[in-house]
Amino acid sequence: MKPLIEFDGVTFAYPQPERRREGGFSLAGVSFAIAEGEVFGVIGPNSAGKTTLLRLLTRVVAAGTGEVRLDGRPIRQLEHAELARQIAVVPQDAPRPFPFSVEQLVLMGRYPHAPGRFFESDGDRALATAAMEATGVLHLAALPLEQLSGGERQRAMLARALAQQPRLLVLDEPTSHLDLRYQAETAALLQHLNAERGMTVLLVSHDLNLAAEVCDRLVLLGGGRVARVGPPGAVLQREVLESVFGCAVVVDVNPKSGRPVVQVAWPSTARR
Amino acid sequence: MTAGRRLALALAVLAAVLVVVAALALFVGSAGLSPRSVARALAGRAGAESVESVVTLQLRLPRVVAAVLAGGALAVAGVAFQGLTRNPLAEPAVLGVSSGAAFGVVLAQIFGLGLSVLQALGVAVFAFAGALLAAGAVYVIAVVPGGLSIQTLLLAGVIVGIFFTSAITVLISIVDFNRLGGVVHWLLGNLAPIPPASLALFALLALAGFWLILRSARELNLLALGEEAAVQLGVDAVRLKRRVFVAAALLTGTVVAFTGPIGFVGLVVPHMLRGVLGQDNRLLVPTALVGGGIFLLAADTLARNVVAPAELSVGVITSFCGAPFFVYLLRTRYRATL
Repeated sequence: MKPLIEFDGVTFAYPQPERRREGGFSLAGVSFAIAEGEVFGVIGPNSAGKTTLLRLLTRVVAAGTGEVRLDGRPIRQLEHAELARQIAVVPQDAPRPFPFSVEQLVLMGRYPHAPGRFFESDGDRALATAAMEATGVLHLAALPLEQLSGGERQRAMLARALAQQPRLLVLDEPTSHLDLRYQAETAALLQHLNAERGMTVLLVSHDLNLAAEVCDRLVLLGGGRVARVGPPGAVLQREVLESVFGCAVVVDVNPKSGRPVVQVAWPSTARR
Repeated sequence: MTAGRRLALALAVLAAVLVVVAALALFVGSAGLSPRSVARALAGRAGAESVESVVTLQLRLPRVVAAVLAGGALAVAGVAFQGLTRNPLAEPAVLGVSSGAAFGVVLAQIFGLGLSVLQALGVAVFAFAGALLAAGAVYVIAVVPGGLSIQTLLLAGVIVGIFFTSAITVLISIVDFNRLGGVVHWLLGNLAPIPPASLALFALLALAGFWLILRSARELNLLALGEEAAVQLGVDAVRLKRRVFVAAALLTGTVVAFTGPIGFVGLVVPHMLRGVLGQDNRLLVPTALVGGGIFLLAADTLARNVVAPAELSVGVITSFCGAPFFVYLLRTRYRATL
């Protein structure tokens, strides 16, 4: 399959040291490719460079050396709106100071398709409604975001990303605010979007087991470098994870899916 | 109701209110003219030299126009600064931008620029430069990696405001006071009649700033989600911020050049409108233009009549309304975000 996204020897460092401490970390010589139609996961410990990778992909920051390509074209040559028609991001949390309604938020996803338009068209509104329906927030359309629970906010943000009609859907820690039921529903929705709409999905997550279950392939980052790329079974191996995360782990197999399941080897369990 | 229809409805209501307030402003005043003589003057059926004609057409009408322009411009600048800084309490006076513009005006007056159109343009250029300087200084002081914090921005605004106010005091002290006639009255915000040609220039500059911000209204909505989110939705955030920054400074500078620094209009009006219309800047920018006009016109009409035949500066009235309003916002709605 041809690659949709390519990271080719990408190196990046934040200029100010305080920014480095804040959570944006450096990357060194990162190379991997995401094929069209695949569900791809980025995993790694805190400060491994996951968020930086996402910022590079969406041109929030620019690579020092190396190149990020979309469909073979360097993304620095693309207009912001053009890139946003191809890549949509579901961020970790919603903004606070100005309480927009869910519908207003979702309609914002239509911006890159007609940046010159002042008000959205009827077509835009229909697409926004469909997106809210798909993520189960249509009944919340008129509510301000601040009145929503963490899980509802997350699904509203996902609806906005769907309204963008992207080829690549990027999710930054999608289940961090969700309880088990919505985690399962989110995973199911991602798989549905991938299977039915052929949408490529990039999942950035702490949750190794979620990544193992839903992703076709994973890249494991450690200290700003690629520790390993491949299918979950090849990446989530005990020795690899222990060297990257710096703690003892147990890797089992999920009897239902046959995918790896990673657990910390808690010191207390070792004693028992 | 779609956003477009809500905007049309809101503008229709505000336009009706503006007509009523403008009529009140034209018919009420210390000259004690009867409504019939004011109407006669407005219809052009009074002699050009008659008292009712001079009072209505040369004193009250230009003042009404100036108040509507200044109020509208300040309210739109408030919406712009709030969107730009993602800070609901930002406003030209609170951010010290008005003081920077006032410094520019005082400097221009020292250079001898007065009220003819060309000279007024010169004053406006000085005021614009002062506004840009102050806004730039506030931004540089307050910016930290990851954005602007609400508290730091307000403090930076206060500091920059104090600095420019002190600079003005220094200028006034070292320059012959007579050359700066009426500067103290002007510094309180003052809608003294402006000659028609200068009024036209005022309108032109204000509309230019308004147009730039109106064009950016949809993108300002996206910027409210955070700069990173806005970029990811396709906004060229750098260009947007530069455009809105320049336009808001232009509006502030223009108002200060023609009427002096009038505070809090940019805070009170946008927040009252948000209470009714919500957060959409595409609704707020056009309605702030009309709503700001109404607010300042009402304040000025009050300023002219409350201690008649003497007159208060309109800035005093807006500050009396605005300061408690600021405290109210600080203590209630935005307490959690501070």
